[in-house]
Amino acid sequence: MAVETLGSPTKVKVSPWNDPVIRGWVFQIVVVGLVGLLAYFLVSNTVENLQRQKIASGFHYLEREAGFEIGDTMIAYSPASTYARAILVGMLNTLKVAVLGIIMATILGTLIGVGRLSPNWLLAKICEGYVEMFRNVPLLLWLFLIYKLISEAFPGPRQAINVLNSFFLSNRGLYFPVPLADPIHQWMGVALLIGIVAIFFVKRWAKKRQDATGQPFPTILAGVGLVLGLPIVVWLLGGAPHHMSWPELKGFNFEGGTVIQPEFTALLVGLVLYTSAFVAEIVRSGILALNKGQTEAASALGLSRAHVMRLVLLPQALRIIVPPMTSQYLNITKNSSLAIAIGYPDLVASVNVTINQTGQAIENILIIMAAYLSVSLSISAFMNWYNKRIALRER
Amino acid sequence: MTKIALAAAIGLATMLASGSALAGKDLDAIKARGAVICGVPTGIAGFAVADSQGKWVGLDVDVCRAVSAAIFGESDKVKYVPLTSQQRFTALQSGEVDLLSNNTTITLQRDTALGLDFTAITYYDGQGFMVNKKLGVKSAKELNGATVCVAPGTTTELNLADYFRANKMSFKPVVIEKVEEIRAAFFSGRCDVYTTDVSSLAATRAANVPPPATPEDFVVLPEIISKEPLGPMVRHGDNQFADIVRWAQYAMMEAEEYGITSKNVDEMLKSENPTIKRILGVTPGMGKALGVDEKWVYNIVKQVGNYGESYDKHVGPNSLLKIDRGVNKLWTQGGLQYAPPIR
Amino acid sequence: MTDAMPVGERPQLAPPVVDAGALGWMRKNLFSSWGNGITTVVLALVFGWLLSWFLNWALFTATFTAATGAECRGHGACWALIHEKYRYIFFGSFPYEQHWRPLFAVIAMLAMLVLSSDRRMWNKRLIAIWGVGSFVTFLLMFGQIHISISLILFVALLAGGLGMILRGALATPAEINGWRALAAIGAIGLVLRITGVLPAWSLAIAPFSYVETGLWGGIPVTIILATYGLLFAFPFGILLALGRRSHLPLIKGLCVGFIELIRGVPLISLLIMASVMLPLFLPSGMTFDKFLRAQVAVILFAGAYIAEIVRGGLQSLPKGQFEAADAMGLNYVQKTAFIILPQALRVVIPPLINTFIGFFKDTSLVLIIGIFDFLNTANQALVDPNWAGFPGEVYLFAAFVYFCFCYSMSRYSKWLEIELNKGTRR
Repeated sequence: MAVETLGSPTKVKVSPWNDPVIRGWVFQIVVVGLVGLLAYFLVSNTVENLQRQKIASGFHYLEREAGFEIGDTMIAYSPASTYARAILVGMLNTLKVAVLGIIMATILGTLIGVGRLSPNWLLAKICEGYVEMFRNVPLLLWLFLIYKLISEAFPGPRQAINVLNSFFLSNRGLYFPVPLADPIHQWMGVALLIGIVAIFFVKRWAKKRQDATGQPFPTILAGVGLVLGLPIVVWLLGGAPHHMSWPELKGFNFEGGTVIQPEFTALLVGLVLYTSAFVAEIVRSGILALNKGQTEAASALGLSRAHVMRLVLLPQALRIIVPPMTSQYLNITKNSSLAIAIGYPDLVASVNVTINQTGQAIENILIIMAAYLSVSLSISAFMNWYNKRIALRER
Repeated sequence: MTKIALAAAIGLATMLASGSALAGKDLDAIKARGAVICGVPTGIAGFAVADSQGKWVGLDVDVCRAVSAAIFGESDKVKYVPLTSQQRFTALQSGEVDLLSNNTTITLQRDTALGLDFTAITYYDGQGFMVNKKLGVKSAKELNGATVCVAPGTTTELNLADYFRANKMSFKPVVIEKVEEIRAAFFSGRCDVYTTDVSSLAATRAANVPPPATPEDFVVLPEIISKEPLGPMVRHGDNQFADIVRWAQYAMMEAEEYGITSKNVDEMLKSENPTIKRILGVTPGMGKALGVDEKWVYNIVKQVGNYGESYDKHVGPNSLLKIDRGVNKLWTQGGLQYAPPIR
Repeated sequence: MTDAMPVGERPQLAPPVVDAGALGWMRKNLFSSWGNGITTVVLALVFGWLLSWFLNWALFTATFTAATGAECRGHGACWALIHEKYRYIFFGSFPYEQHWRPLFAVIAMLAMLVLSSDRRMWNKRLIAIWGVGSFVTFLLMFGQIHISISLILFVALLAGGLGMILRGALATPAEINGWRALAAIGAIGLVLRITGVLPAWSLAIAPFSYVETGLWGGIPVTIILATYGLLFAFPFGILLALGRRSHLPLIKGLCVGFIELIRGVPLISLLIMASVMLPLFLPSGMTFDKFLRAQVAVILFAGAYIAEIVRGGLQSLPKGQFEAADAMGLNYVQKTAFIILPQALRVVIPPLINTFIGFFKDTSLVLIIGIFDFLNTANQALVDPNWAGFPGEVYLFAAFVYFCFCYSMSRYSKWLEIELNKGTRR
């Protein structure tokens, strides 16, 4: 009997209307066409409105003199600087708040999340109260409250709280002495970097030694010693220059030293407290999601509670924690834009003033969006890389 | 799916077209709406402040009322929108308000790059500084290193930086958008100095000092560091509306120049003076040229008053602010207010 | 020798005093080890001191009624300020005598939300609840509603079209013809309206005086922005999520781009953009109500976040569902509407409620563009120079109100999560 060979399946003839590929493309073209029409409508209206009202266009205003002063700058800035520099100052302030906020919120949130799982009932309940309190009230309200408390609770500079004649706390901020600039500081910075790199090598060496001989090595202490010790050694070798810039009350304000201003403090404290509540919940749910057997086995092995948490639970919980943590980090970055409500000169505040002085809303808003998008995308990219690194490698 | 998308597009276009479209120029829109939408400061005593019944009074408010009286014959056909210094220009550019009577300084940048136009100068002012007497400061040149409260997006901010730079002094700004919060920061001691137009400083000192402090605890320093000609603003595009606003302001000054007040305007209607007859519309022609009723000046003066009455009621020496007329006198008395003739 | 009494008759001794009852609980939970004990003592002291100081300030030395701010100063909290200004804080500049209108509007919206939370209502009754509730809310807030004929025709077209596609192969010819008729009426009517043959007519319902959105303030604004922001963002987010998972590259690209763009920028910048740029996008003469601009910004923002959550839900479905639906001959819309979405949405309801709580708090940001939501009116209440100097009281009061709303919603969300998972837990 002849065996029927199965050739290629016969193509069923379908009318073009019912062909899924063609329908797909028709649909896409129609949707893109509609979106394009909408975009054209918006853009042509915008161009017409701009021309009719004779509002300027283009990015040339960035080279013009800004003319306004900024209260809290990380780089040198004066009213004679350009708008571009003013926006850069704002951007650096945003980054400063975001980075510090991320670090502090992670630490505080982890502590509170772990504290909520503590066997001490009082500690657990206080942590729970903290989390519920901060999660259920808007961040803006916390910022207002904290800023008002800070600015009304502290006295004026002439009656400032004086600690050791070097630290001055007033409603203008916390002034403290800083070392005067000295060439040795650059070498200390280099030593710091070397110390950080050395930690990695020490960690690797310690792990190898522990795998081979079973002897633990106090890596954390060694790390702290390297990071602190190397720069101190360099400083001593450089002759231990200890000239400081001391804050002194001159006229209206303190001159010298450096200051942490109330606006910055209020923003940072508010952001950290608020976000740490969410981080605490994420950490807690990450740890609770783990198999109870892990905790029980680790306890059975005789590990203390702290070791169980640090060596067994948290590393495994990291996989569950990292994705929601990414969105909290993004939230901190974006929430720092609330600085405009309490007067901290961040990016949105700088750009807002620029919009008002130059009238060019669209270019400035594009700058804001580009800046925040690049920061958000970098944070996401970094966290995604970290996520992949700690992911379970399955077959 | 395509059918729905297409229908949705048509539906959306129809709804948008029939919903809120008020096509045409600003004046037509205002007439159709039946009210002028006026942007005013959020609360400066003497210029624009809402009393406890929600009624707005002040010098800036009177400009709006005059425009309403000119267009509609009644001065209360106005909707007031309180705006901060950051919101005011975008509100006017976007069409949210028709007229901005917001203590705005006339500058080249604003007249050109923002797409807005100024009409006439309501008030010739200057920028000054206010400090607490306890600081013992007698002159603005002693303010090196001070912390200064200032509103963003204003000429105040720029003049402040220029003045300190020119005098080789430095300062620390505290930039707050809402004027109420600036005042709170100043009175709580967060900043040493409050800087804005001298008229607003007088207003704050007279009306906004929180007890237990009193107005006598604060002093306005003698230096005036800039020119601040304050006037209303409209959008580029509708010249007829801009003309009405401008000439409503001039009408109030002309009325004062010729002695027409809200009390005697009815008798003045019977005057034989040809200028007065022309101003009050007894001799027709001016109203028609502007596109408003012939009795436009009569309505303005009767319901709002002339420039002098408005000034005296709100900011003059007998009001809460006690500001002398100074350069805001008419040119006939040696001041700067000079209205072109209504003919 | 054995005991005199057999085992069953031995009297039951009470457990040791330090092991049972309150002492036992304290021993286990508070003093189980030295470290624990010290922590408890330290925390109790610190917390107790803080609590006593707070209660002293807030209750024992507080003033509850006073005629002016001056009487209130100097000792304790000044709750008299709240007593004086609570109506402004809750309802903003709404005409004073008509405050019952926003009050009932808030009650209507809360009733809608509470009814929607009952699982027995999760069917077509939801449309009725939301339709009636929204109508009542906006009638009370605006005072007068004009429903234009184009809106009615558009809704007819939409309903007809959806009905045709959803019930495509499943309904009797009579029913399909009914949907077709509805869509036809809508389409023809709209065409006639656009070409001007049909005059512009609107159904006017005007029982009360008109109150424009510029005068709205306080709690109604917060609830309206959050509720209707999410209500309209919900279908928008679902469409985005479906588009992101689509195999058509252009659609996927558009959706991904939109979602990532909106999620990458802060809500403040979107609000500023909406209030500053939206008017430039429209033809001259056409203006957008400021409240509507803020609402649109919230809808766009919420849509992107909802899209991500729904995408997570869609991803959790086994592929077999999709394949079986295809095998049964359902078209894309039927498959999505009847098979995929019901399952996916069930999974994502708790995260959606968390998103709602988040947006309820985020509406406070409209303060930046000058809209008087609850936080803004509370802030404004501080401005009166007569009552200056009591920021703590006002902010604590506002925080308390927000806390009540958000905490109850989050407890509901937790309860719902347990309820929905009852079938899947072993």
